[in-house]
Amino acid sequence: MDNALRELYQEVILDHSRHPRHYGTLEGASHKAEGYNPLCGDRVTVYLKLGEDGRVADIRFEGKGCAISQASASMMTDMLKGRTQAEAETLMQGFLNLVKGEGANGLSEDDRERLDVMSGISEFPMRVKCATLAWHTYKNALEEGAT
Amino acid sequence: MTAQAKIAAGFDAEKAREDFPILARDVYGKRLVYLDSGASAQKPAVVLDAMRDFAVSEYANVHRGVHFLSAAATDRYEEARRTVQRFLNAAREDEIVFTKGGTEAINLVSYSYLAPLIQPGDEIVLTVMEHHSNIVPWHFLRERAGAVLKWVDVRDDGSLDIEALDAAITAKTKLVAVTHMSNVLGTITPLKEIVARAHAKGVPVLADGCQGAVHQPVDVQALDIDFYAVTGHKLYGPTGIGALYAKRAHLKAMRPFNGGGEMIREVSQDRITYADPPARFEAGTPPIIETVGLATALDYLMGLDRAAVAAHEHDLLAYGRDQVRQFNWLKVIGDAPGKGAILSFEAEGMHAHDLATILDREGVAVRAGHHCAQPLMERFGVTSTSRASFALYNTRADVDALIAGLSKARGILV
Repeated sequence: MDNALRELYQEVILDHSRHPRHYGTLEGASHKAEGYNPLCGDRVTVYLKLGEDGRVADIRFEGKGCAISQASASMMTDMLKGRTQAEAETLMQGFLNLVKGEGANGLSEDDRERLDVMSGISEFPMRVKCATLAWHTYKNALEEGAT
Repeated sequence: MTAQAKIAAGFDAEKAREDFPILARDVYGKRLVYLDSGASAQKPAVVLDAMRDFAVSEYANVHRGVHFLSAAATDRYEEARRTVQRFLNAAREDEIVFTKGGTEAINLVSYSYLAPLIQPGDEIVLTVMEHHSNIVPWHFLRERAGAVLKWVDVRDDGSLDIEALDAAITAKTKLVAVTHMSNVLGTITPLKEIVARAHAKGVPVLADGCQGAVHQPVDVQALDIDFYAVTGHKLYGPTGIGALYAKRAHLKAMRPFNGGGEMIREVSQDRITYADPPARFEAGTPPIIETVGLATALDYLMGLDRAAVAAHEHDLLAYGRDQVRQFNWLKVIGDAPGKGAILSFEAEGMHAHDLATILDREGVAVRAGHHCAQPLMERFGVTSTSRASFALYNTRADVDALIAGLSKARGILV
């Protein structure tokens, strides 16, 4: 198979999409938002619980959609848990740059390594929105989704 | 075998492929296998050439100037109208209104014909397999005028139950709006029977012919249908041009749609009178070059043995349908008897978008998503499907590429 496809659908991504982490609703969520891509029908709901220190104390998601959108949501929850909002913002910007093929400036080495599996998406511009849906939904939950 | 021989006698798809320059290109180093003609068809060189020739030798605005080019362009524009008339076998050329596509044609009927007639509680009957373009204009009347949408279900195989449709038509029904061919299921509706049943109750019928007119000859007089909408870009013509056929009596009674130049008889400061149809509904400068392209595309189609083309497309569908039986993880959505050449399916463990991405890298273009038919997706309990739609220029080799791509996707994703 061609390399771009192999990059896109590597085992880590397929594993996340088949066995999503932090999947389900979150009792006592402080924030919540639904993301929807009307073009392809991908859906993601993100639940957040912010701690008193402002960190992401807990995060979960529910959704339906393609492997990329679901894997991205799963990875996101893995990576955001325990972060401060400022750290989360940096992570999100780094991720958005990465999937658009604009490098991964500002990411720590560890974050870059973990997110690197998603970098193959930059070869598939039609699919970038699948990867970014969960992150935009997280942001939306934070800004407008206080429960 | 006899079917194959008959196809070869009336229509040669390999030869027809040469008429479509884009089919010679490759994508990602693979032969282009274009199975998305249901979304938009590729254009034969004659259409592109005709548009260019017209633009470089006869172009000007229509119905305006007295000069040479304006007269020439007006002739071509009105000639195109007669070509659409022939294509649909309309009784009169002034029953053809040019629109920018099928969507605008249906919106025109909604706004100019139906809206003034709707009282709260009046009903519009439609099927669950309509494209959004034949749903949303009626939703407007629900929102704005209190119309009630009455949905007719399809059977599990995607076929339409004519008795269910008949039963849905009541004394309150003001219009039956139904597709001629579903863009997802491929189901071809029994239009003549539908019209007969509706007319027996005094109810007019609109057909969305955006898919249907591509794959079979349409005779609006034999159908006795009230409104029939087509779009150019699915008929191997350009984008931005389509047409509405409407019976003369309806058009004469209809209020204007867009207001502007060309659609008036007289305008003064406190009074206005409107032009007769079809000009009444063609405000502003129309897509003139595209109209010439549409007429050329229709001439191209009418120049083919359409029965043989239909047989060829059905052969592709039957061949593809048979091939996918080997995949016990694949479920075909839509198996109505006599359906048109569209193969929609759901693949277990593979989302339509992932599948489409992998097929794309094999050069195979399919559509993935809800196909602007969300009520139908809901009916079949899916959020998206993959769709291969076949056109006259597809071949069994294209089907083989699809099948090989499906196997490959399965290997990657599952």
